[in-house]
Order: sequence, then structure tokens, then C-alpha cells
Amino acid sequence: MSLDAKIPSGPLAQKWDRYKSDMKLVNPANKRKFDVIVVGTGLSGGAAAATLAELGYQVKAFCFQDTPRRAHSIAAQGGINAAKNYQNDGDSVFRLFYDTLKGGDFRAREANVFRLAQVSANIIDQCAAQGVPFAREYGGTLTNRSFGGAQVSRTFYARGQTGQQLLLGAYQAMCRQISLGNIRMFPRTEMLDLVVVDGAARGIVVRNLVTGEISLHSADAVVLATGGYANVFFLTTNAIGCNVTATYRAYKKGAFFANPCYTQIHPTCIPVSGDHQAKLTLMSESLRNDGRVWVPKRKEDCGQPPASVPEAGRDYYLERKYPSYGNLAPRDIASRAAKEVCDAGRGVGPGGRGVYLDFSDAIKRSGEDAIRDRYGNLFEMYERITGENAYRQPMRIYPAVHYAMGGTWVDYALMSTLPGLFVVGEANFSDHGANRLGASGLMQGLADGYFILPYTIGHYFASTKPEKIPVSHAEFKKAEEGVRQFTRRLLSINGQRSATSFHKELGRLMWENCGLTRSRQSLETNLKRIPELREEFWKNVRVTGSGEELNQNLEHAGRVADFLEFAELLCLDALHREESCGGHFRVEHQTEDGEAKRDDANFAYVAAWEFKGADKKPELHKEPLVCEEVHMATRSYK
Amino acid sequence: MNLTLKIWRQKNAASPGCFETHEARDVSPDMSFLEMLDVVNERLIAGGQEPFVFDSDCREGICGTCSWVINGIPHGSRKGTTVCQLHLRYFKDGQTVTIEPWRARAFPIVKDLIVDRAAFDRIMQAGGFISVNTGNAPEANAMPVSKEIADLAMDAAACIGCGACVAVCKNASAMLFVAAKVSHLNYLPQGKAEKDRRVKNMVAQMDKEGFGNCTVTGSCEAVCPKEISLDFIAKMNRDYAVALVKGELKKSADGGVG
Repeated sequence: MSLDAKIPSGPLAQKWDRYKSDMKLVNPANKRKFDVIVVGTGLSGGAAAATLAELGYQVKAFCFQDTPRRAHSIAAQGGINAAKNYQNDGDSVFRLFYDTLKGGDFRAREANVFRLAQVSANIIDQCAAQGVPFAREYGGTLTNRSFGGAQVSRTFYARGQTGQQLLLGAYQAMCRQISLGNIRMFPRTEMLDLVVVDGAARGIVVRNLVTGEISLHSADAVVLATGGYANVFFLTTNAIGCNVTATYRAYKKGAFFANPCYTQIHPTCIPVSGDHQAKLTLMSESLRNDGRVWVPKRKEDCGQPPASVPEAGRDYYLERKYPSYGNLAPRDIASRAAKEVCDAGRGVGPGGRGVYLDFSDAIKRSGEDAIRDRYGNLFEMYERITGENAYRQPMRIYPAVHYAMGGTWVDYALMSTLPGLFVVGEANFSDHGANRLGASGLMQGLADGYFILPYTIGHYFASTKPEKIPVSHAEFKKAEEGVRQFTRRLLSINGQRSATSFHKELGRLMWENCGLTRSRQSLETNLKRIPELREEFWKNVRVTGSGEELNQNLEHAGRVADFLEFAELLCLDALHREESCGGHFRVEHQTEDGEAKRDDANFAYVAAWEFKGADKKPELHKEPLVCEEVHMATRSYK
Repeated sequence: MNLTLKIWRQKNAASPGCFETHEARDVSPDMSFLEMLDVVNERLIAGGQEPFVFDSDCREGICGTCSWVINGIPHGSRKGTTVCQLHLRYFKDGQTVTIEPWRARAFPIVKDLIVDRAAFDRIMQAGGFISVNTGNAPEANAMPVSKEIADLAMDAAACIGCGACVAVCKNASAMLFVAAKVSHLNYLPQGKAEKDRRVKNMVAQMDKEGFGNCTVTGSCEAVCPKEISLDFIAKMNRDYAVALVKGELKKSADGGVG
């Protein structure tokens, strides 16, 4: 099978317009004849469900949370980018496009990224109209802040709760459609398999998490908006429930998985405090606008209180190494730089795994009140977790896994290799390449959900005119039986170890051997250890309770089982990519001064993996990345 | 440190529940309260016993999923803090701690510490939105909103929908939640067109769900992890009164566009 991204021809700036002019339309009266399943109700899924329902489609939306308003998009703090150029500082669609493409180390699809920049301005308009309380100037206009990887101020925000407010906007739009009867909402329901009939995605198998009831749902198209797979690392900034199950099971049904090795490690998280820890907490990158990152120059000073280290004894290493971007260097670069100084023994805090993020200069310059106004809730959060007051002493931060750039392969229309299966938001791979810039995740989720999928899905319906398939179809029954068997198997093992203990062990392997840096040797270690761990899991996991009740232990075990397979795919992808780019840093491929060394001649492609059966090596397909209008420059933030 | 836990155990909504006593031995003061129960649950699983089920997701105080009453106080006694952000360093070694679910008629218990808060969603569906289809929006700066109003709307919009306000109220009233949601949208010029119908419909749904009345004791504000102000209840009452006085606008003969 060849990968065709179906990118419209013509100049970059006209591709999306051309797509919209050429696409087939569904008559408004006919839209109600089409059923769409949306799995996941974060920014992309919530926005898609609401917009599709507004257009007249019959939507069923599913989420594992108790209400769609709690999806993990809610935790995004810093902001959302848009090429509004309100600050008159030279921003434009092209500049946002270029920053995003460059930020992703030229490993994203050029045409998708350009479209993202084009619709970014519409997102802000839409959200403001929905009542998202964006930060404003006294004159009543919207205000902006700067974010990593950009030299213009284009980030819109709602205090430190931008994701929450944008999600509430999408949730409220969904509420309206639910009340109008256009969306049927299924909370506390988890998708456990995708149903494929005659090569096209036609439905899903779900488990009601309260009663354990397994049910079947058919539709003309299935949209996965199920977020990222970062929790394969166990300790991450993702929510406890985030998992890879939906996209992984779709992968096993034929949807190629692209670039799984591109995972993002965020530089500003609260360091790990102990073994008991269930997750890590992110401190918004926006803090780097006013905070200065440093460690002591001398190892001996690392145990001293930060205030006692004189100015001359401090190494503001980001400002030193990257003078033009300084503390606002992109996430991958800032993360690796932190690891480097800690590896050199100059880290601070428990285990020497931390660096300072110091606000004293900003407080001197603007006053404590101004800093509180900008970041008050973040300082409070930090104090609650660490017991330390960051107005008085610097924060301690360390990188943590945060986001997955890789995901289900999709074409320009956001459709996977399975016709009728659309994948949006973090769950797809398309827009962030090898590294995501701050404030771009919210932008992509909403772009996909509000402004892209609602067009492309109509074109799919109008051009394929799918027949209705009842859930009594043999493929549905087969998928249902598969799910039941999987559950029975998990419950029957009755071994000695909890699913959590396996998840933690997998997470440690991933973080140690496939984290901030990767090498052939570390990846080969993982490719040996992961199958062993998986084998042990299927012999020795203990899942308590039954399948016919609310059973969190069972839910988690199923997710861990998928992570144990997916982790191997991730490492395989990382091993095959013999270059360093963005969040994927192979120690064998670096410049003399330790920067990532990309290999455009051999690796300027999307790696899309096809499932070939259990215990068989997946097949690699390549989608060449061709930049038609920009030059694949070497990324430098110096 | 060690804690003695009295935790609510209840198989499902139909069965009666009771407190079970468990020891949390050798737990770290740096743990959050949820991490402490994770540890207890792991030990229960190792011993072949059923772990306690409880809701949690983001564990950074923003998703509003976690919902425990600790020693009689929703989210525990620390101000402006959700359970997931409540750390053991604020408890004493050897202390006995009771953990139970939200208790309110409108929030039926699902199992152990999990309750059903779908009533909040139904209140939102009754009017907690601005009717603007995707694509309808004017240029964002075309409608200026003063900083003061935007800030007030944001103060209200910070509500995480956890339901602590209901759990603490002796009447199990949802007034703080509904007031926050109504105020967020009613303050903004974008939400003005539907201001009256919004407040009336949301209040009607709130009553229908079986939440109690508000007697302005202020306990909701005291336990709210986002410190949502009681002032919003006054704002909602004012909007509600205005909407009642205005009454229904006479519908135009052709039914209008609505």
C-alpha cells in the first residue's frame, strides 16, 4: 500500500482554498442521514462533535471521564497561538507557519502546517464569541504573551487556565447540541475496538465503565480524538486516564501509526519527589517569559541555598548558549540543556535532578503584584506541591514527558489509511513534526475540530455515499467477542503483580532508554526487555473484581496491556530513525557542540508503521516530506 | 508517617455502604492524598482484596474529577485546594482520617468514593452556552470587553465543576456552581442576547434535579477549591429577578428565527 497524503496541488497559500472549492458537499437536508461517532471529547473531539452536530450530522460522542468537560485538554495552561498580528510586531500566517514547521524540525507536513496557521485566526474569533474569557487590555482588546520558539507575541491566554477555558467553550457548544438532540453523549464509556467492514471504519465496541456492559455502535464514519500516548512513560504530565488504547487498537485494525518516536519532554515540570508519585506536574512554559533558568557554576554550590550563590557563581545556561532566544528556547532544546547540566553534576534539589527557574529579577523589575497577576495560580500550585514559596526562592524544575507528536497517520483530509476513520488533535501525527512549540497543541486541536474535519468529512460522505451497516453484522460480533475474550483473559490470570507495577517498570525502561536521549544500545535493551515484560504481564498480572461492574483495576490493566505492545513500536521507530531531530535525540547523531544532527538526505520522511500481526515485525511505509516553498534549514536558536 | 483511614465502601447505588478501617503505614509527607490511597490500593491488590475506587484524572487541580470528603470537609481543610493537590505534610503522624464521597441527593453514589454528577451537565445543557455556531463569529476585537468585566467573567469561569459546593451545603444546594456558570456568560457582552433565558432555564433545571435551596451560609465559598465568590450568587439572583420581571417576550407571528 502506498501512502498518498492527497495534498491539493498549487501554491502553498492556495491549497486549502482549493480543497474547499473542489470538495463535494452534502446537501443540508441530507446531513441528518449520516451518523458520526466521535471518541474523546477534549478540544479536538469536543469541537468536532459540536460543529458536526451544528451542521446537521447525527453525532454520538464517547468519553471515559464522567463528563466531557474533564478531558485532559483542560490542563493546558499557557495559551493558544494565532496569527492575528494584534501586537503589530510583524506576525503573519507565513511566520506562524514557518515557526511551527521549523519548531518541528521540518518533520511535519508543510501543507498541513500552513493550513493550521491559516485557520488560527478563526479559532480566536470563534472562542471569543463563545465566551472564552481571554485576557484583555484596559481598552477591551485581546492581549498576547510570548512563547518559546517565537520572536513575536502571538499567544492568547486566559490566565494560567487557557486549556480549561477553551475546553469549556467546546463543551458548552456540545451542551447546546446535546440539548437540541443532535449529539448523544456517552460518558464513562471506553472504546475497546474499532469495527472495520469491507476495509472501511464502520463502528466501535465500547465498555460502559459503570456497569461493564459491552455495546456496539455503527456509523458512517468514526472520529478518534483520543489524545496522546505519553503515559507509556508512566510518569508524565498527562492525566491518569490518558492512554493509547483507541489509536493502538485502530492500528491493529489497519490504521498506520506514524512517527511514534516523536515524544515531547517539557522543560518546566516539578521534579520527582519519590517512588510513590503517580504523575508529574507541569509549570507553564509561559513562566520562562519572566523566569531565568540557572544552575550553580560550581558543583560545590549545588547543595547551598540558592540565595547564597552570588551572581557571578550562576550559570544562566540557556542565555549563554542561545543568546537570541535565551530562556525562550524551544522545549526540546531547553530540556536537553537541563539534562546536560544535571548530568555534569550541577543539578539542584533531591538527587541533583533539577534546575532553578528564578523570578527575582522580574519581581524587582515589575513588582510582585505584576508577577502574581500573570502567574499567580502557577505559583500557588507550585507551593501546594513542594511547600516552597517561589516569590521568595527560585522554583526547581526538571523536564518530564508531556506530549506525543506522533500518532495515527492521516492524509490532508485527516483520514487514516482506513477509509472512514478520521483522527484529530494530539491523536494524529500531522502538524508538529518532531517537536511541538508551546501554545500550538491547543491551536491544532481546535483547528482540526472546528475548521478542518467538518469540511473534509462532508467530502468523504458525498464522494463515497456509505451504506448503512447494522450492528448485527458479523464483523461487529467478531470485534465484540474479541473484546470479551481480552477482558476474560485479564481477569483469569490472577497472578502476583498489579497492573500499576508493570506500568511503572515499563515507564522506567522508557524514560531511561528512550527518553531525553536515545542510543542504539539503549533502544536494543528496550526491544529485548519490553517483550519479556509483556510476557510476564500476561502470566503474572493480578486483576481483581469482575468485568460486570465498575472496575478501575481492569480498565488500567487493559491500557497497560496496550502500552506494553505500543512501547515496542515506539522503540522500533526510534531505533530505525538514525538521526536526531526535535524530541528524538540519538546520541550517535549530534554535532560537535552537542546539538541535534538531522539527516535530511535519508530521513526527511514520515515513518508510518503497518501492523502485520501479533509477534510479527510491523512494516515501515515512508511518506516523503517535501518542502515546496521553504528551505529545510538547520534549526538554530543561537 | 502512618495514618489510620476510615474509608467509605459501597458496592453500588442500591447497596448500603459502611466505613472500613485501613492503616496507611510508612507513607511519605510528600505524597498527595490520592497517591496515599494509590499505595493503600496497591497493598490491597497484593493481599487479594478489592481496591477502593475513586475518581481522579489530571491530578493537578484543574479537571474537577476528584471528589472526597476528608474529615467532614470536601477536598479537606486546606483552602483553595483539591484532594489531588492536598499533601500529607498537612496531616499529623498517627492521625485518623475519614474519607467519604460527596453526599447529596442529586449526586447518587456509583461505587465507593465515586458519585454521579451528571446533574451538572444537564444544568449546562439547559442554557450554559452562547448560541454561536462554528463560523458565525465576528472578528474577535470587534467587540471590546473591558478588562474588569473580562476578569470578573474569568473569576466565575474558573469553576472546575467538582461539586464540593453541593457536598458541603447543608441543603445540598448547587447555587454556587450555577451562579458561576450563569455569571461567566451573563457578564460578557457576547452572552447578553441570551441572558434572561439562560438564567431562567438553568435555575429551573437546577430545581428539577433536586438540589436544595440556598440559605447563604457561605460554606460553599469556603470549601471551593477555586475560591469562587459568593457574590456571583447575588449576581445570579439579580439576573433572575430581572428576567422574571421582564417576562416572556411576545413571539412574533412567524415564529422569528429561533
